[in-house]
Amino acid sequence: MRARFSLLALGSAALLALTGCVANNPGGAGPALTVDSSADGCSVSASEVAAGTTSFSVTNSGDQVTEFYLLGDDGLRIVGEAENIGPGLTRDLVVQLAEGSYFTACKPGMVGDGIGKAAFTVTPSESGTVVNANLDQQVETANTNYSSYVKDQIAQLVTGTDAFAAAYVAGDFDSARTLYAATRMHWERVETVAESFGDLDPKLDLREADLEEGQDWTGWHAIEKDLWPAEAEAGFAAYTPEKRSSLAEQLVADTATLNDNVQDLTFSLSQQTNGAIGLLDEVASGKVTGEEEFWSHTDLWDFQANIDGATVLYAGVRDILVEEDADLAESLDSEFASLQELLDAQRVGDDFTLYTDLTPAEIRAFADQVNALAEPLNQLTATLVL
Amino acid sequence: MTDKTVDPDGPPQTAAVPARGFSRRALFGLAGAGAVGLGLGVAGDRAAIAVAAAASPTGASVTYPFFGAHQAGIVTPAQDRLHFAAFDVAADLTRADLIELLQDWSTAAALMTAGRDVGEFGAVNGPYDAPPEDTGEAQGLPPAGLTITFGFGPTLFQTADGADRFGLAARRPEALTALPHFPGDMLEEGRSDGDLCIQACADDPQVAVHAIRNLSRIAFGRAAIRWSQLGFGRTSSTSTSQATPRNLFGFKDGTANIKAEEPDAVTDQVWVGSDDGPAWLAGGSYLVARRIRMTIETWDRTLLREQETVIGRNKGAGAPLSGGTEFTEPDFTIVGRADAPLIDQAAHVRLAHPTQNAGTRMLRRGYNFVDGNDELGRLNAGLFFISFQRSPEQFSRVQLSLAKNDALNEYIRHVGSALFAVPPGAAAGSYVGAALFA
Repeated sequence: MRARFSLLALGSAALLALTGCVANNPGGAGPALTVDSSADGCSVSASEVAAGTTSFSVTNSGDQVTEFYLLGDDGLRIVGEAENIGPGLTRDLVVQLAEGSYFTACKPGMVGDGIGKAAFTVTPSESGTVVNANLDQQVETANTNYSSYVKDQIAQLVTGTDAFAAAYVAGDFDSARTLYAATRMHWERVETVAESFGDLDPKLDLREADLEEGQDWTGWHAIEKDLWPAEAEAGFAAYTPEKRSSLAEQLVADTATLNDNVQDLTFSLSQQTNGAIGLLDEVASGKVTGEEEFWSHTDLWDFQANIDGATVLYAGVRDILVEEDADLAESLDSEFASLQELLDAQRVGDDFTLYTDLTPAEIRAFADQVNALAEPLNQLTATLVL
Repeated sequence: MTDKTVDPDGPPQTAAVPARGFSRRALFGLAGAGAVGLGLGVAGDRAAIAVAAAASPTGASVTYPFFGAHQAGIVTPAQDRLHFAAFDVAADLTRADLIELLQDWSTAAALMTAGRDVGEFGAVNGPYDAPPEDTGEAQGLPPAGLTITFGFGPTLFQTADGADRFGLAARRPEALTALPHFPGDMLEEGRSDGDLCIQACADDPQVAVHAIRNLSRIAFGRAAIRWSQLGFGRTSSTSTSQATPRNLFGFKDGTANIKAEEPDAVTDQVWVGSDDGPAWLAGGSYLVARRIRMTIETWDRTLLREQETVIGRNKGAGAPLSGGTEFTEPDFTIVGRADAPLIDQAAHVRLAHPTQNAGTRMLRRGYNFVDGNDELGRLNAGLFFISFQRSPEQFSRVQLSLAKNDALNEYIRHVGSALFAVPPGAAAGSYVGAALFA
């Protein structure tokens, strides 16, 4: 539970800006234009550029929060936008532009139809650019598929949690220990979604170190400590049967609430790409370091599950990426495969090597490969959404 | 070599100061020079600020007097480099030994902050068949604005198992106890706590290291280093004469810090008042040190959108996302799309801001560090956070707010923690902490 910056919160801004996407222009950075968004005007330093990467440096010289829009030839379709620019601030909008007619406009106060709408022309470039006509359909398909995946994982989490809780309360600790890591994998596969519910995440997945003094500790890790008491600090007292029942009931109830909450979720493209990024960050900050599963040392199960989830997210947008930037897709294919090879090497039947049994060299290899994958993966949002 | 020294009654003067290597006999003259800072209170600080403002860009030849109403190194304009060390006293140390150690430290600190060698003979002028008194690596270097600040940890007064080694238990400030556990703390014992501390700040790293090295040598047999920390770049401004530096996240840090030019804020928030108790600490402060590891590799691949949202300021100018320029007050009420605040609810600048913490402020004096790399090949980098406050409660209040909700927590972890009571400055010829033993 390190990532407090949730998928859903982060995605809220960049939902749009899809339909103007074009193939990446290998010609490098294009012209840098400036935009002055004042109380009553929206002046752009040029009204015509060549196709390719264009950057608008938008300065808000008014006294209200403003937005800058690049609109399609119908004057309605949003090609690119810079939103939430506070008075006096400057923000850059970087977009890939295909040849065609556009409009620029500002919206000080963020209400109404905007002001200063002006024609903006993109002329052909030498390298040429191609508009992806199927993009809307592909994005919608990816969204539908990912929504189904999330619901399926959480449904399996509910089933697994019920069984885990029953075994724990019944005192069948061997079964509970077996179910622990396998069930948590369903959580970890969709962790960035699951933890986006700010009230549920701390109840379900808080680590002991994250507790505030005097705070009640519930959820998976509270039970984990009781299931692996030999790993706990000296003097750790096993929980009472009442406490065990209470923890188990709470876990089941909170998981059921989570299941209710994910039924109606939809995911924009940026939410999906940022979700994949978020899962890799989870791996880098919690799993590679062995901090997540402090007592059970089942970090590699979580690791694999985070990668499973990132792989699903990537696969969902891969067709779009191939059209946008085939090199990036190739690089990601290769880095995902290399990471999976490292994980496969640590499989023991249906299980994985315990984190504490990994050699320093093996941990180092994981960390290096996570970095190797995360660097290109974090280009995904900028490549697909802009 | 010419140095600037402090004249509280006028503009900074350029005066001839003996070069390093001059003997300890010069200390008598030095004590006299230091006396100008005595009993002047804020006036002394103002003079220090004037010196810094008038100093050369590197500040290399600036000196700050060691003796004075307050210890230097707090409202002193933050120097560029830090060497900080926490010490544990020897098991057999007596009260008299402790006093003598503080006296020896004070004497050496007064010499070094004036740009002189320690000892009677210094680095190279002593008996040929004796080890040099001063370690010598600062020869030829300017004073570099060196300040040396001493603090007393809770365990000096009473150990964890209740032992009152020096008859000080009854004089322990009530507030001087271990800081509470904060959510997310991953503290390492070897980077936390200590009986005594020394903060050495200078504009030249070797001058700062020279100070800690010689003071630790002086302490051998009486106190030993428990942990220490180098800081290579300041992350806070403590004077309006200074530009705001950047931390390793690439953001300006300390924009809203307490500045020496705010005497009311310094009085209210930094110095222990005469009614706060105990009396020996009046004019002193509390020092909180936190070693904050930054997972900069993860941060560096984070979208600019998220980086700015997490901090609540833009990365270029350091302006709050609510608008304006760097020093514009953040407006936490202003909203953007979907009525969401422009400064996120979990943004660092919001949660740390005085208006969200009942007016609580601290004087921050932290430093960037990079201590090699860890076993995963990541830079062992972060912020060595130092704050001075009238009461530790000020830090705890803000830190609790941050530890619970700060979006930045995904990229940092607190691995070291310590609290020290910083006694007021020493009178010329006396020593730091003298009032505690009176």
